Amino acid sequence: MNIPAGFKSGRNCTVLANQIRAESKTPAVIMEVCGGHTMALYRCGIPSLLPSTIRMVSGPGCPVCVSDVRFIDRAVALSRLPDVIIATYGDLIRVPGSTSSLEKEKASGASIRIIWSALDAVAMAAANPDRRIVFLGIGFETTIPGTAIAVREAKKAGLSNFFTFCSHKIMPPAMAALIDEGVSIDAYLCPGHVSVVTGSAIYAPIAADYHKPCVISGFEPVDILQSILMITRQIESGRVAVEIQYTRAVHPEGNRRAQALIAEVFSPCDDWWRGLGVIAGSGMRLADAYRRFDAAEAIPVTVEEPREAAGCICGSILKGVRMPADCRLFAATCTPDNPVGACMVSSEGACAAAYQYGAHEK
Amino acid sequence: MCLGIPGKVVWINGDIAGVDFGEVVVEAGTHIVDDLSVGDYVLVHSGYILEKLDMDEARKTLELFDELARVQQEAS
Ligand code: SF4
Repeated sequence: MNIPAGFKSGRNCTVLANQIRAESKTPAVIMEVCGGHTMALYRCGIPSLLPSTIRMVSGPGCPVCVSDVRFIDRAVALSRLPDVIIATYGDLIRVPGSTSSLEKEKASGASIRIIWSALDAVAMAAANPDRRIVFLGIGFETTIPGTAIAVREAKKAGLSNFFTFCSHKIMPPAMAALIDEGVSIDAYLCPGHVSVVTGSAIYAPIAADYHKPCVISGFEPVDILQSILMITRQIESGRVAVEIQYTRAVHPEGNRRAQALIAEVFSPCDDWWRGLGVIAGSGMRLADAYRRFDAAEAIPVTVEEPREAAGCICGSILKGVRMPADCRLFAATCTPDNPVGACMVSSEGACAAAYQYGAHEK
Repeated sequence: MCLGIPGKVVWINGDIAGVDFGEVVVEAGTHIVDDLSVGDYVLVHSGYILEKLDMDEARKTLELFDELARVQQEAS
């Protein structure tokens, strides 16, 4: 059996889509809250395989997209300090801040390096003792352990020139906040890789208190269709539970070593989300024992007043209440080569995915 | 940046493993996985191995679709 091919197989997609069409009777809005799912949905044309009862909407699942403009502005201010080197994952440099972006700062001479792993930033600090290295930590529970390991390694190595500026976030408070706000969502397609780390229990309150079916899904088209079938079956039978479709990677208890690392190095805080505002308990800041590595405290800078791009409706798109094509800038002045808003930057952003897979041509 | 990529472990050296993605072999941290062996299928995310992939589970999932296809065929 060719396992990777099995999860991409057209036959399996057809079988699952047939089954969904046969079983789905009740109209349902299913929100995905992972950029990887957004991209896979558009790339594989999954919405076109679904019956008219099921509507897929993208939520705040792309870490680059939900990074608040204040975060970008402070990173820009840090990058302007002559002895600072910014180390970051690639997509982030193109996100527009209020008046600049890291990419623009790089063009005018700031030291900004794109890295593959947080450990690269630690190595950079060791190799450049006369510079201050600021690693930009973004992402959900998938990237938080990596930042935690890097901070621990920096502490172990006694590095005094390594810092992180973090906007790490956790997903369940945002999932609850959307429902509290009245966004109409009937079920959540839950992020597979976040759940590899956290396990399935983090969604229990969404099922128990908010009565929304939750299915943790893998990223191949077959995974996503099977997850939609599992959600359909919950809806049609009136059952509400947290279920795991992505059983080859996700254990109900998650990755305990990663969880222990996160708990050691970080503690929860309130955080800003682009479009959603401040959500209580949705962020992660360095715990007291590691606070000296926090660039936001250790390296004071003056940050400009936040300003969102005029006309950009990223906020509504991240809430799932509007679609990329509803934005009058979409594919006109806002394109992946020249993004006006954050949702057009990363290929996992709803606007970028819609653009790349042709929603603007229809 | 949120993508996890499946691959196969081809070497391990302390905290770092080489993971074969088919066209390239990348280095990834082994800090958060237990009992890793060469030949394991793993999921790599932003420079670290996040978890080992359970191929028996994958096989069981795929077998469900053969069953579903059979049922649909009989019904039609
Ligand atoms: S198309 Fe561009 S400007 Fe419009 S919402 Fe998307 S990112 Fe913002």
